[in-house]
Amino acid sequence: MAGKTDEFKVIEVKRSVFDANDRQADELRDELRSRGLFLVNLMSSPGSGKTTTLRRTIERLRDEMSIAVLEADIDSDVDARTVAAAGVRAIQLHTGGMCHLDAGMTRQGLESLDTEGIDLAFLENVGNLVCPAEFDTGASRNAMILSVPEGDDKPLKYPLMFEVSDVVLINKIDVMPYFDFDMDACRTNILARNPEATIIPLCAKTGEGVDAWCQWLRDGVEAWRA
Amino acid sequence: MHELGIVFSAIDTLEEVGREGSLSSISSVTLELGEVSGVVDSYLLDCWRWAADRSDLLRGSELLIKAAPAVSVCDACGRTYPTVEHGRVCPYCQSADTELLTGRQIEILEVVAT
Ligand SMILES: Nc1nc2c(ncn2[C@@H]2O[C@H](COP(=O)(O)OP(=O)(O)OP(=O)(O)O)[C@@H](O)[C@H]2O)c(=O)[nH]1
Ligand SMILES: [Mg+2]
Ligand SMILES: [Zn+2]
Repeated sequence: MAGKTDEFKVIEVKRSVFDANDRQADELRDELRSRGLFLVNLMSSPGSGKTTTLRRTIERLRDEMSIAVLEADIDSDVDARTVAAAGVRAIQLHTGGMCHLDAGMTRQGLESLDTEGIDLAFLENVGNLVCPAEFDTGASRNAMILSVPEGDDKPLKYPLMFEVSDVVLINKIDVMPYFDFDMDACRTNILARNPEATIIPLCAKTGEGVDAWCQWLRDGVEAWRA
Repeated sequence: MHELGIVFSAIDTLEEVGREGSLSSISSVTLELGEVSGVVDSYLLDCWRWAADRSDLLRGSELLIKAAPAVSVCDACGRTYPTVEHGRVCPYCQSADTELLTGRQIEILEVVAT
């Protein structure tokens, strides 16, 4: 054996391609827990209302806790500016053209944003229902927004997104009369994919339902520190 | 692009494998790709060529794809059936109460180190 240079070695690996990222995500989550920083990864299709919901949420909660936002966009900083205008620390992450954020990018984002004293941070992920579901960011919890115009069958078409989400916000309920969106069917479809999911219908435009979502966040922040 | 993210992630995982096994170069990687993983083989291969050639460990390496069938199980009658052919509805009892058993995986099976 020794001295041979033309050796080929077949090595059994049997690891998911996401293995390295999953490990980095677990490390980040452990650190966030020990620092008492509750990080929520917010995912959805483009335009379902992530930035609008964040603005509403910040308005409601900024007097009771310290909030920061990390905005991921393929290449613009409109959302970061919108959120910063609501009065919280915000930065734009550069995904380098990527369709999702991973644990490494999330860590870099948190490091470049001063998170000292922050209780609650949001990660506005790239608008996409496929890739962000596969890449664990290391966040404390995953939240997703499904908006009424997208249809009540989305949980059937993008099962993984619904499986990994701890809470599903059903946004734009103000336009329900104009779409044949069946709220009960939607709940059934979500719970079939993820029986543990919390489902909160809301309207980010008027603020209806935002109370229930803010309560979910308060409970989350508290439990994360316990 | 979905496939590029997957390739970057696979390369991170392979570089860990390389460090753990003190490997200096890998000439081929076998990936098991579930039928409903949502990955397009030809895109994955293109992304692989581009990204692997930027890694010292993986330069010039070949990506071999092994397709794995998707299988669902019916919670009503307990039988299994091929997912792609029948979708969500059980072909035996027509129940829609079915779950995917396997077929979404993207797994590195083995590598050849030189
Ligand atoms: N009718 C109605 N419109 C809403 C609601 N919430 C958001 N919108 C509108 O939907 C559009 C998209 O909202 P955004 O908050 O920018 O959505 P986003 O998910 O952040 O979008 P991207 O970051 O581009 O993916 C805007 O025109 C909002 O005004 C709602 O509850 N009802
Ligand atoms: Mg936005
Ligand atoms: Zn059956």
